[in-house]
Amino acid sequence: MYQFLYDLIGNEIIAGLLVAIVPLTIILVFALFGIWLERKVSAHMQDRLGPMRTGWHGWLQTVADLMKMLQKEDIIATDADKTLYNIAPVLVFTGSFAAYAVIPFSSKLLGSEVEIGIFYVLAISSLVVAGILMAGWSANNKYSLLGAMRAAAQIISYEIPTALIVLSMVMLTGTLSLDKISQMQTSSFWNWNIFGGAIFGLSKFLLIPFMFVGALILFISTLAEVNRIPFDIPEAESELVAGYFTEYCGMKWGMFMLAEYGNMFAVSAIIVILFFGGYQSPIGYFGNSVGVQWLVPFEQGFWFIAKGLTLVFVQMWLRWTLPRLRVDQLMTVCWKYLIPYAFLNLIIIGIISLL
Amino acid sequence: MKQYFKNTFDGIFTVLIGMKVTFKHLFTPAVTIQYPDVKVKLPERVRNRLYVNMDDCIGCDQCSRACPVSCIEIETVKSIPGEDLGITSNGKKKALWVTKFDIDIAKCCYCQLCVFPCPTECIYMTDVYEFAEYERSNFLYKFATLTDEEAVQKKINYEKFQTEKAAAAAKSKPETPAQTENKSE
Repeated sequence: MYQFLYDLIGNEIIAGLLVAIVPLTIILVFALFGIWLERKVSAHMQDRLGPMRTGWHGWLQTVADLMKMLQKEDIIATDADKTLYNIAPVLVFTGSFAAYAVIPFSSKLLGSEVEIGIFYVLAISSLVVAGILMAGWSANNKYSLLGAMRAAAQIISYEIPTALIVLSMVMLTGTLSLDKISQMQTSSFWNWNIFGGAIFGLSKFLLIPFMFVGALILFISTLAEVNRIPFDIPEAESELVAGYFTEYCGMKWGMFMLAEYGNMFAVSAIIVILFFGGYQSPIGYFGNSVGVQWLVPFEQGFWFIAKGLTLVFVQMWLRWTLPRLRVDQLMTVCWKYLIPYAFLNLIIIGIISLL
Repeated sequence: MKQYFKNTFDGIFTVLIGMKVTFKHLFTPAVTIQYPDVKVKLPERVRNRLYVNMDDCIGCDQCSRACPVSCIEIETVKSIPGEDLGITSNGKKKALWVTKFDIDIAKCCYCQLCVFPCPTECIYMTDVYEFAEYERSNFLYKFATLTDEEAVQKKINYEKFQTEKAAAAAKSKPETPAQTENKSE
């Protein structure tokens, strides 16, 4: 993408900016769509209708809310640490936005083609913790601080099972590049990593159950990392008002919201790339069978976003199914269950891949 | 150790059961009623906003006296002979000009006690329940059909008639004015 734009325009800075705008647009559009989807899904799961009056089935509701947020007065508490208070939402959004830099949406829309893609994602998403702690600390509010402390404890704990599963996938595929991992799972859904990868043989069939366990653990731990129900104790509306962003209002609050939805899609994208074939089509490409080569990248983009949205839907589905975990239960799930299973999974996948 | 694996299995299995339940509800029709567009059918004898059909009102003041919160205010002027006020739908002859028939609906407690004493059944409860207003003064509903000028005119007419009659009575002393008044009613 960058190379194409660079050849077209001939200016490094403009080409770079244009490439950076693409994921930003995707996040913004996804946030608009995701919030609407969340409202509709939650409403229909509770036998309600949700927003119905702004546009067709309320699809413009988020736009109306955005307009409202932009017009709100920006209030900063007197005792707040103003510098940190203002930086925090930007930092949190930067963390989730930066993760998109390496996510390959299709074979032509790659962003940065770094070799250490998955490592970069894990590293940059830790920036969110700093932002959340900053927000909670600088607001000078006890609820905010409690929320921020909980968020830090939770995100750091759940990074361990995430890293272990990512490690096992890196071991299996032998690369850190997200694009290369996607390319390996080409041609059919049978070659996806969740079905043991593309190399046909005994090890493929031995791997399948452990891949399912791995995908499940990765899904649970990333769900906890983006602070969504049932792992939303940092926000915990019934206990902590709104957790670490209690004191924020207007568009600064909106940036936390945007970061949350950006993160939701980002972690779904990581799971899709590692286990569900990335941008590869499960049934082959229409463009290839007709002979229209330029259609293939668009189809890849469609498949990637469709898979990502399916996982986002599962996240919402879980959100409106389960109650919130207690703090001790949260830690039990992570340290007593997910980490031992992830370790075991790592060792077994290691042994099988040696076969 | 056995308990540990049982916990793991239960954790996943119970979540799946919960997900099944919510997924079923995703496709059950919503119970929401889209209120301003769709309205629930009201019960038959529902009590809502009052309405007065002034064509039938004879100005008897019974509703006003029945009202426990005195939200109905009625003023009447007697008609003079020769004026035809028409008859009500159940055949009663009207004898009074109703110059003022105000209902302060903000005070109304919807007890329906004013409806039963009405001899001509001209005051009744409608099924209108959406009558919010921006100004409190808008809740004072004026039902009188006469305009202010007409009401004043009727009053003047009546007073004129009274003085004329008093003058006539003064000429022929034996009859008292009070008795004639009773007769004309």
